[in-house]
Amino acid sequence: MSTSAVLPDKDTCLALYRQMLVIRRCEEQLARSYQAGLIPGACHTYVGEEAIATGVCAHLNDDDAVFSTHRGHGHALAKGVPPKELIAELFGKATGCSQGRGGSMHLFSPQVGMMGTSGIVGPCILQAAGAGYSFKLLGVPKVGVAFFGDGAVANGAFHEGINLATNWQLPVLFVCENNLYATEVAFVDTTRNPQVANRAAAYGLPGIAVDGNDVGEVYAVAGEAITRARQGGGPTLIECKTYRTRPHAEGMRDGGYRSTEEIDEWKERDPIPAFARKLLEAGHARQEELDAITADVTALIAEALQFAHDSPWPDPATVADHVFSQRGGA
Amino acid sequence: MPELTYVEAAHQALAEEMARDETIFVVGEGIGPRGGNFNTTTGLFDLYGPERLRDTPICERGFVGLCAGAAMTGTRPVVDFMFLDFILDAFGELINQIAKMQYMSSGRLKMPIVLRGCIGVGGAAATHHSGNYYPIFTHLPGFKVAVPSNPYDAKGLLKTALRGDDPVLFLEHKSLLNTRGEVPEEEYAIPFGQAAVCRRGEHLTVVALTTMVPETLQVAETLSGEGISVEVIDPRTTSPLDIDTVLESVHRTGRLLIADETFAPCGMGAEIAAAVVDRAFDDLDAPVRRLNGAHVPTPYSAPLEAAVAPNREDLERAIRDLMAE
Repeated sequence: MSTSAVLPDKDTCLALYRQMLVIRRCEEQLARSYQAGLIPGACHTYVGEEAIATGVCAHLNDDDAVFSTHRGHGHALAKGVPPKELIAELFGKATGCSQGRGGSMHLFSPQVGMMGTSGIVGPCILQAAGAGYSFKLLGVPKVGVAFFGDGAVANGAFHEGINLATNWQLPVLFVCENNLYATEVAFVDTTRNPQVANRAAAYGLPGIAVDGNDVGEVYAVAGEAITRARQGGGPTLIECKTYRTRPHAEGMRDGGYRSTEEIDEWKERDPIPAFARKLLEAGHARQEELDAITADVTALIAEALQFAHDSPWPDPATVADHVFSQRGGA
Repeated sequence: MPELTYVEAAHQALAEEMARDETIFVVGEGIGPRGGNFNTTTGLFDLYGPERLRDTPICERGFVGLCAGAAMTGTRPVVDFMFLDFILDAFGELINQIAKMQYMSSGRLKMPIVLRGCIGVGGAAATHHSGNYYPIFTHLPGFKVAVPSNPYDAKGLLKTALRGDDPVLFLEHKSLLNTRGEVPEEEYAIPFGQAAVCRRGEHLTVVALTTMVPETLQVAETLSGEGISVEVIDPRTTSPLDIDTVLESVHRTGRLLIADETFAPCGMGAEIAAAVVDRAFDDLDAPVRRLNGAHVPTPYSAPLEAAVAPNREDLERAIRDLMAE
């Protein structure tokens, strides 16, 4: 496949570029804020993996349902959560997307179809299948999408969720972000099959491996799978081969389990400059256009940071709200 | 008023609600054409087909997690575990996801899911088919827990469970399934958190749960012949728990026994006793007592099995002892 063959139209390309840059700049700001002591809890960044959330979510509407994992900032942003709500959430502010109840690992914004990130590896796979079950039962052409890492692949939720979704032909996309490490344990040390996509054969659904650092390729493959799901063709497993170039979580060391050479090698494959080069080569963008996007995104993140700083803390009097629904049964 | 079995009454609730609300669907092992191991879904597959009566493989974690996602996106799953012991394979999904989802989403997501299964000691079912577990769910924020003891309550509480937006454990003691009772033909639902005073009495209050309710009523009848007047209260739901009805009763009787087949430590008796001591210490004329099953897994052989669950003799003795205090 030639480079230009996988590139969508110019407007879409520029939107993809912008979205990746929003995630990157937001993550970089969060890392700085963490170092400044402004984020009291965990902060798992998505740096290096931006092409995946961007390429998949570009095909989704607000009423499609995304379920994600502990490394979910990119999914939330790509699904439509404004950067200011993400930064405010990590600061613990009332204006955060989870109103201060979640932090980095529990991002909720159902109004844009961000149905939650989870501190537990695996449940998102099952919940996305459940969204698919709802959409099929309700007869609506929506899809459920699960984003998860290679660390979820040996978990029972992967086997059970994919088996159920395939058996019942549910409209679901299973997106495995294979970044080679589960926290600091190498995927190859946890399985005799270091591939993910080929496991699809065991369940009877299409399994496709893509370069997760190539947003054009992710966009093309995800688009086809999502269209198939919306038309009743059942689920697809997509393995996106990628890498996180920052530590598992901010504040953690990043040695002892991978080499500097390996990290540097993957930094050379950074999805954002790689896509910029492709756009320039294909004549889909001029440098001035990319520079304008960069300036715009820089301003957006600066405003988001200010918003988070200026936002109020949650009211402790609300701590027991929402344990149960208001309607309830009592 | 027609008389139904407990199973028939609960079935009626499910059938009526499935007819009323097309978003309700049931998952479980053998709940499709087979109609459920305990006849919980008999005949419904023929009416509603496989999408709403979905037979599953044996993967409790998988289908519970799937139903969590379904409940978050506009449908109302009912998970039929057959024996509630099987729910234990899904604990992570239940406690980390289902119970916490409404809170984590600041109330923007609802979690209308009913988790039903048979509980209790009996029938030589042995330890993987005899658990009760309701104190565990009662301990955790985010679950409602219904433990009906008769057909009328089974129907009325299941209706409320199916119409609410919260996760509900609906637990049916195996020994109650074929008991009969009057169930009105007209529409009704029983709110959660309202105990039933099953028998009025003056000398002693027994708070009984699930199968201990009919047992206590029998014993109360026997003792009434000797002039011992026992009030019997069935909380009907352990979450929310109606303490006020217990307090009002103890205010009149001055004596309280909590009769519960399942384990004593950190159980319903401990919770009720603590609440009564805290709020009505001066009403008590005697120590609060508990009658519980043995704190052991449930054995198989008849004499062993009989030794782990309280029976009528145990109840009668406990009441007499407390009256003598």
